[in-house]
Amino acid sequence: MEHAAVEAVRGIEGMTEVGYLWLIPVLPLIGAFINGVFGAHIQKRVGIRPIHTLAVGVMVVSCLIAWVSFFKLAALPAEGRALYDHVFRMLHVGSLKVDMAFYLDPLSMTMTLIVTTISALIHVYSIGYMHGEKAYWRFFSYLNLFVFAMLLLVMSDNFVAMFFGWEGVGLCSYLLIGFWYTDVEKAKAGMKAFIVNRFGDFGFLAGLLLLFWGLGGAWALQGAWSGTEYTADAGQPTMVFRELAHSVDLLQGKEVWGVGLITLVCILFFVGATGKSAQIPLYIWLPDAMAGPTPVSALIHAATMVTAGVYMVARLNFLFALSPVAMTVVATVGALTALFAATIGLFQYDIKKVLAYSTVSQLGFMFIGVGVGAYWVGIFHLLTHACFKGALFLCSGSVIHGMGGEQDMRKMGGLGKLMPQTYRTYLLATAAIAGFPFFSGFFSKDEILWKAFDNGNTLIPGPILWFIGAVAAACTSFYMFRSVYMTFSGENRADEETKHHIHESPATMTGVLWALGIASAGIGVIGLPHLWHLPNFFEHWLDPVMAGSHHLVKSAGFSHGAEWALMLTSIAIAFGGWYLARLLYKDARSLVPRQMLERFPKIHRVVFNKYYIDEFYNATVIAGSMKLMNILRAFDDLVVDGLVNLAGLLSRIASSISGAIDKYLVDGAVDFLAKIILGLGQRMRSLQTGRLQSYLYGALGGTLVFVALNYLLF
Amino acid sequence: MNLTVGLQHFLVVAALLFGLGVLCLLTRRHVVGILMGIELILNAANVNLVAFSHYGGNMGGQVFAIFVIALAAAEAAVALAILLAIFQTLKSSDVEEMATLKQ
Repeated sequence: MEHAAVEAVRGIEGMTEVGYLWLIPVLPLIGAFINGVFGAHIQKRVGIRPIHTLAVGVMVVSCLIAWVSFFKLAALPAEGRALYDHVFRMLHVGSLKVDMAFYLDPLSMTMTLIVTTISALIHVYSIGYMHGEKAYWRFFSYLNLFVFAMLLLVMSDNFVAMFFGWEGVGLCSYLLIGFWYTDVEKAKAGMKAFIVNRFGDFGFLAGLLLLFWGLGGAWALQGAWSGTEYTADAGQPTMVFRELAHSVDLLQGKEVWGVGLITLVCILFFVGATGKSAQIPLYIWLPDAMAGPTPVSALIHAATMVTAGVYMVARLNFLFALSPVAMTVVATVGALTALFAATIGLFQYDIKKVLAYSTVSQLGFMFIGVGVGAYWVGIFHLLTHACFKGALFLCSGSVIHGMGGEQDMRKMGGLGKLMPQTYRTYLLATAAIAGFPFFSGFFSKDEILWKAFDNGNTLIPGPILWFIGAVAAACTSFYMFRSVYMTFSGENRADEETKHHIHESPATMTGVLWALGIASAGIGVIGLPHLWHLPNFFEHWLDPVMAGSHHLVKSAGFSHGAEWALMLTSIAIAFGGWYLARLLYKDARSLVPRQMLERFPKIHRVVFNKYYIDEFYNATVIAGSMKLMNILRAFDDLVVDGLVNLAGLLSRIASSISGAIDKYLVDGAVDFLAKIILGLGQRMRSLQTGRLQSYLYGALGGTLVFVALNYLLF
Repeated sequence: MNLTVGLQHFLVVAALLFGLGVLCLLTRRHVVGILMGIELILNAANVNLVAFSHYGGNMGGQVFAIFVIALAAAEAAVALAILLAIFQTLKSSDVEEMATLKQ
């Protein structure tokens, strides 16, 4: 039972057309194009300044336009809070109408602000981080291209344009992970990311096609006949989200092979989300993606691309809310992934791997949020996560930069004194992710856990989901503080050469660290819990977007007391994790970690090797694919090539027959004609004796013939 | 039995003369012999002309016959001139040896 009667939420009914929204994605595209085509040349001739000026410049302008749009949007009344910009008509085929149009409602606006602002900050950070890189221009070109694709994803008003962006971010992720492609392992990581993403995209596309088909396809035939009039039993098929929200109740009750259509569609879309947002079973690419440069990890694999799945589920809230099965699947997979990844993160030594598994785990939390119907909470956690995870990755980049490329935490230590700004911002962000009170992560994570506990929609009881999430939160707090203590406290364990070079990062990098660190500390104020009787701006802001699902999301009816209890438990978990990590890892004094390692080597080995999931996939999926490939290749070589060769053989036979005909018949005929004429000529020649008297004979004979003829005929 | 000499007798004689002339023309080896044959043919034609003139009552035939005689003379002169020229080259007046246009 909610603490106050919730007024009915109205959806967004009107929209305002503006003409400048297209600039937001297109400016980075222009930057990408110029840097991509001319960048090598410019870098060789002039240097790196024009390149990063252009790249950062377009990002800043795009960000400014986004903020201007935000203020314009906020000034509109809640029922008409949407900005629309129609750019051009892409495709009108039958009932499929796809336009390149941008639609900024509060949800898209939030995502756009996150993407542009954090991208701008990370572009500035990259100036310092990528300094000295030979392919500087290529990095900024790809980064701009990524932002373009991501903005296309979040700003477009229909599935197809969103899918362009969806695929585009996958491509840019591949390009950027494999940025240092001359290293085979890094190139492989890029390929792995792309291929695993593709599996997800297959699910997405299948879901999309099924949805479109369901709206106006097969069931259009099952209409009602009355006399000679026919009314189709389906709505108008559409790709546009806001129109979909209106036609979606036509899909209720329809089944495909016994499974509800809506459930199937939602699950397929969620498969796409597992690929893009690294959930079980398709999370395997994200840890390997740490092969890319750290700004890439921060931008793509923490703040933006991996959140695309969460955005999609939130965007389709009206669809998911109709299917309890789908909601359960989403929430359960999210919860299990959160726990699973958190346990792996406990034992990793590479600082970026810790953060990678942490990202997978936090994404799991976001999916718990959107799975139980608390869509705004999931997006809120997306926002806070973008801030603190971005900060964490960038700090780790600063550490790696200072340590000359070293990523193993066992070789770090003592950096708190040597890199103070990095240390302080890392600490702020860690407090946020662990869920310390008043930091942003506390508000979002706690709200997710409460909503999971109190949900009345999933088929699995809420408390179970809560419990899995709570254990994952405990692990999170522990391993994050473990990384803090191993990296920044105690004595430095690096070798002399590296120790000599440790330095704090330049202002372009630390400035960004502070910006994100402060954001991760303070941004929680926009989403304060109702429990504290404080206004919750964020929930109110996103309400009109979630109107389609509002009446379907039910609460289980737990009381305020339960909510307070859970909140206190979260705080206890956060502090408990910190305290345990402090005990075991501060100053590397404690012997307990090593003792635990000696006591439980097998468990450690299994978890450290990521539960051997990659090896399992290699043995099953990859091996299966290879076998299939061999079968198909054999088929190709024997059957297909055989047919082609046969066709060639037949052609050769036909041509030789044709040649023979040409040589013997045609030439023979021509030669024969010549021979006849020659023969005639020979005979005729014998008439020319040169003898006068023969000629006279002839003349006389001819004359006689004429006379005779004359006599006979006349 | 009609024993009066009529037109047909002259025509037959002329025809016989023509035939003999053709025979001579075609079978002689000596060029002058061939020329003689030509003369015979011309004279046969003359006989024909005069006979028709006499029996037809028209003087035209006889006049024409005189023209023919003159022409025959001229033509014989030219032919003999050609024979002379050929003889100076070939040293023979055998028509068989003059078959230089033979293919």
